[in-house]
Amino acid sequence: MKVHVRYFASLREALGPNEAVELPAGATLGALRDVLVARGGRHAEVLARGRAVRCSLDQRMADEHEALADGAEVGFFPPVTGG
Amino acid sequence: MTAARVSIRSGDFDLAAEVAALREGDLGVGAVVSFVGTVRDRHASAGTVAADKPGAITALELEHYPGMTERAIEAMIDEAERRFDIRAARVVHRVGPLAPGDQIVLVAVTSAHRGEAFQACEFLMDYLKTQAPFWKKETTAEGARWVDARVADDAALARWGIQAGNAAE
Repeated sequence: MKVHVRYFASLREALGPNEAVELPAGATLGALRDVLVARGGRHAEVLARGRAVRCSLDQRMADEHEALADGAEVGFFPPVTGG
Repeated sequence: MTAARVSIRSGDFDLAAEVAALREGDLGVGAVVSFVGTVRDRHASAGTVAADKPGAITALELEHYPGMTERAIEAMIDEAERRFDIRAARVVHRVGPLAPGDQIVLVAVTSAHRGEAFQACEFLMDYLKTQAPFWKKETTAEGARWVDARVADDAALARWGIQAGNAAE
C-alpha cells in the first residue's frame, strides 16, 4: 500500500514538504516511522526514537499504534507551539 | 446569520468587530469573554521593547497544517460546547510572518452567565496550545530558531482532565 507523508516545521526543513511511501498492508504509524529511520541520513536523524516527534493520521492527532490504510495521509512534526 | 467558527488567516483581526458579530442577534447572551494572544518578545527588558538588544525577537513566522488546523479547532469548539453552557464561540489564528506586538490569536465565547464563558475561553486556549498544529519560528539577531513547546502548557490542559503530552519526551 502507499501512504502520503507530510512534514512540518523543522522536519519539513530537513526532509521536504511531502513524499509517498510504500508499506506492507496493515503497517502502523510506528512501523512507517521505523521504515523512514532505516533509510539513514536526515530521516534517521530527525525521526530518531527519543526525538520529540508528533504525528497525525488523516489530519487528526494520532499515536504510533494506529494502523494505516492505503492512501492514508500521515503528518510528522515537532511538538506544536501555536496560540 | 452564524459566522464560521474558525478562521485561519495571515491578516489581522478586529476584536470589537469579531465580538459584535459573535453576539449579534442573540439577546440570550449575558456574557462575552475574549482572549487575544500577541507576539511577545521574551527577551525584551521589563516595561520596554529594546529591539536592538541581543536576543531580541525581530520577527516571528507561524506555520500550520492547512486542513488539519481547522478540523482540530472545530473539534475543540465541539468539546467546549459539550462541557460548558455556551451560546457561541469563535477562534481566529494568524499564520505567516508576524512582528513583535502583533495580534496572533483570538478566542471569543458568549454565554448567558460569565462563569461558563470564562471557563470555555480558557479551556479553548489551553486546548489550542497543545493540540492545534501550529509552529512558531522566531528570528533574532543571532538567527532563526523553532520555538520549544512548554511543559506548562500540557499541565494547563491536564487541569481539564485531558492528558496532552505535547511537550514531553
